[in-house]
Amino acid sequence: MIELKLPSLGADMDDGKLLEWQVKPGDAVKRGQIVAIVDTSKAAVEIESWQEGTVFELLTQPGEKFPVGTVMATLLEAGESAATAERRMRGVPPAAAQSSAQPAVPAPLKRPAAPGVRKTASPAARKRARELDVEIDALAGTGPHGAVSIEDVEIAAKAAQTRPAAADRYAEMRRAIASAMSRSKREIPHYYLAESIPMRRATEWLTQQNAERPVTERILMGALQLKALALALKRYPELNGFWREGGFQPAAGIHVGVAISIRQGGLLAPALHDADKQPLGELMRALADLVRRTRAGSLRSSEMSDPSITVTNLGEQGVESVFGVIYPPQVALVGFGRIVERPWAEDGALRAAPLVSASLAADHRVSDGHRGALFLAALRELLQHPEKL
Amino acid sequence: MTTNALRGEVIALLKTIAPEVEEGDLVPGEPLRNQVDLDSMDWLNFLTALHERTGIDIPEADYRKLHTLEALLAYLENKQAKRQAPGRPSREGKSAI
Repeated sequence: MIELKLPSLGADMDDGKLLEWQVKPGDAVKRGQIVAIVDTSKAAVEIESWQEGTVFELLTQPGEKFPVGTVMATLLEAGESAATAERRMRGVPPAAAQSSAQPAVPAPLKRPAAPGVRKTASPAARKRARELDVEIDALAGTGPHGAVSIEDVEIAAKAAQTRPAAADRYAEMRRAIASAMSRSKREIPHYYLAESIPMRRATEWLTQQNAERPVTERILMGALQLKALALALKRYPELNGFWREGGFQPAAGIHVGVAISIRQGGLLAPALHDADKQPLGELMRALADLVRRTRAGSLRSSEMSDPSITVTNLGEQGVESVFGVIYPPQVALVGFGRIVERPWAEDGALRAAPLVSASLAADHRVSDGHRGALFLAALRELLQHPEKL
Repeated sequence: MTTNALRGEVIALLKTIAPEVEEGDLVPGEPLRNQVDLDSMDWLNFLTALHERTGIDIPEADYRKLHTLEALLAYLENKQAKRQAPGRPSREGKSAI
């Protein structure tokens, strides 16, 4: 029997509230599949299952709030006898047997619809969706050929009601940021370094690349900088990981937490997984998708729990430099300022050059300024050869 | 697309990215990206959506011409007009068949 537990989704999260199940008893679950949506102080998070199996029992109900580590559901492993389980399920439906104020409803399998895809739905279901203010094309129906039924619409409307209002979300997020940042400044002995990086080669190369690309495939400087950062980190593993139980634990992969500001205020820094391994074009698409979903308030549990370092990029509208506050239990944060044209001396000649200030805030318990400086130098070098990124 | 329809389309797309935007609040002649607080990702998303709706692909080199809403609308109209002109079959083309 596999226990599906509520994972920790960041240092500042103690509990979550189940919004809806996306599976029901008897459903086969694949690795990485989204099985539930849980509301946290920061976002509605899609909970992924990291094991394969068949859903046996749902032990928590929509609307329930419970701490990190709670067993939310049980799954049958591949070898386990489904026959005994099915007998029990036929006898007493486990979800219905739970005594709870809110009866368990089989949640519709809801997946984000591809943009522009119009769902099959009866006129009655569409009418009900309008009445209840439900976006019907975002629902995956349970009717014939995936058609959306009136019942699907009503279940979705009910789930939406259990989500907190935007104002509450903002207050919660502010509290979460306050708690994480206070802990960081209380516990982490930060040291700070900065380096001006010449960006002529990188900007010229990117301009040339983008001139040949349609608007849908253009690459932002932020993606190029992320790739360079991820490659530099491979050589300095002491900046990529966590401080836990009095010691440093290097991370298994380079999962860069990207600080993304939310329009209504606050920010999130979900993970861009394996940033060092993705080709630049794919990394750009992954980044665009991550930004879109973060701003829509829809993230996956692994994106919340995996970041092994954070990068903050102030971009074109920002200021020249930024020194970050490390997000515990991570041990480093890299900041990029706006690219500015400044006088630059090279080979005895003075000229105007585009520069970016890259900064490192790192945990002195884990690394020293010397290694930090070498890391920024490696980042500078990588950005001089954009064609290799 | 008429000037008014184009304007409506552009405002509607801006609202999908920045829902707080009200057309009346946009000051003509002021830089659009500052007024609406569009970062480089928002801007790219806006241009991608614009491309999907109108078929107009704005090269990166032209971004600097699109400082204000008025400049953007003028640019789009110009592009539309240019695109439509060579699309019509000419008389010489027909007689050659």
